Amino acid sequence: MHNPLRSEADAFRWAVIIGGGAVSVIVLTLLTRPVVGVIWAAALIGFGVGVAYRGARGSLPRDVALTRGGDGKYRLLVVANETVGGGALLDRIRDSCRGRESEILVVTPALASSRAAHWASDVDEAIELARQRMELSLIAIGELGLKAKGEIGDSDPNMAIEDALRVFAADEILISTHPPERSRWLEHGVVDRAREQIDLPIGHVVVDLAADRAVS
Amino acid sequence: MESATVALGHAHGEEQHGPPEANQSSRMDRQTLGILLFIVSEVMLFGAFFASYFFLRVVVHPSSWPPHPYELPVAVAGVNTAILVSSSFTIHYALSSIRRGNRTGLKLGLVLTWLLGATFLFIQINEYVHLGFSARDLAFGSIFYGLTGLHGAHVFVGLVLLSFASIRAFRGHFGPEEKDHLGVEVPGIYWHFVDVMWIIVYTTVYIL
Repeated sequence: MHNPLRSEADAFRWAVIIGGGAVSVIVLTLLTRPVVGVIWAAALIGFGVGVAYRGARGSLPRDVALTRGGDGKYRLLVVANETVGGGALLDRIRDSCRGRESEILVVTPALASSRAAHWASDVDEAIELARQRMELSLIAIGELGLKAKGEIGDSDPNMAIEDALRVFAADEILISTHPPERSRWLEHGVVDRAREQIDLPIGHVVVDLAADRAVS
Repeated sequence: MESATVALGHAHGEEQHGPPEANQSSRMDRQTLGILLFIVSEVMLFGAFFASYFFLRVVVHPSSWPPHPYELPVAVAGVNTAILVSSSFTIHYALSSIRRGNRTGLKLGLVLTWLLGATFLFIQINEYVHLGFSARDLAFGSIFYGLTGLHGAHVFVGLVLLSFASIRAFRGHFGPEEKDHLGVEVPGIYWHFVDVMWIIVYTTVYIL
């Protein structure tokens, strides 16, 4: 969702629309009876609320500010939650960092259990779960002989990436998700949106935790 | 570590030293966000007055509204509504002009908006003088003057804001860049709000 009223031009557009609706109510009332005008006004208000809601859906395109490193070190930003310790992700991290002096930041968004929990900031449990997963993944990355640090991110993965890019001069971003049929991030277009907004190479790693468990 | 801020959509070669700009999670400038939050609070204020109005109209005086023998000057208020509505177009013209770098258009739009707003207020005060009832006459009089007076006070505040914007415009302030004409943008948003509220007040109180 975004605010549909962001500038004077938006306010003017709404003023014209509301003015037009009011003229129709006035004309109808003067031609018939006030109760007809009231019913028409109620219908217009309902329609207007619906239009406003539809117009407010989705995110606005935006630019993400980047911090650039200048020391020749390869910096990899890894964004993952439940799949943060997945085998495919670890393989991809190892391949990306092979033969280079690397620095890795693992960002694990704290996913609230429900929309209500998100709005009520009831995310303590989500943060704790994210921290546990992140720490396990840092150990696994360390076992690959790579240096990594971790952070708990915003529950919106795109916002978590944006926050991380403000302090971490990433050269590449890896987003790890479940397979398409089970991934809420893919359903919400997290990877596509990141590619639209961020001018960095963005890799997408699919981690099938069930297959990982079967192998182990 | 050497670092530089690069905003996408701009040349990456133009790197500058220093930390990135502070993040604005609202993704809006502070002034615009401030006026929008203020307008939200104003909508609640008007909502309280409208709740009183409908309570009085539906529950207290269900048989006839306005109560006999009072009458409202629908035609005069209609002309006044047209005047105020047209001022939304002039303030929009002012802002469209400055976005194109047309300072003359900005000044013309602001002065016209101010004059139309002042005319609206003058006609409303004149209407009060000739109505034939006061705020003491029944609950009807109280809510009529309360609602229209509340709106009139907002028009007055809008005129004060437009006065400041006009003075600044004549002193050569404001430019085409978005950040350079917030001093007109913010009063403009407020003025459209005042306009929309009057459309609702007029339709509700005078017509329905």
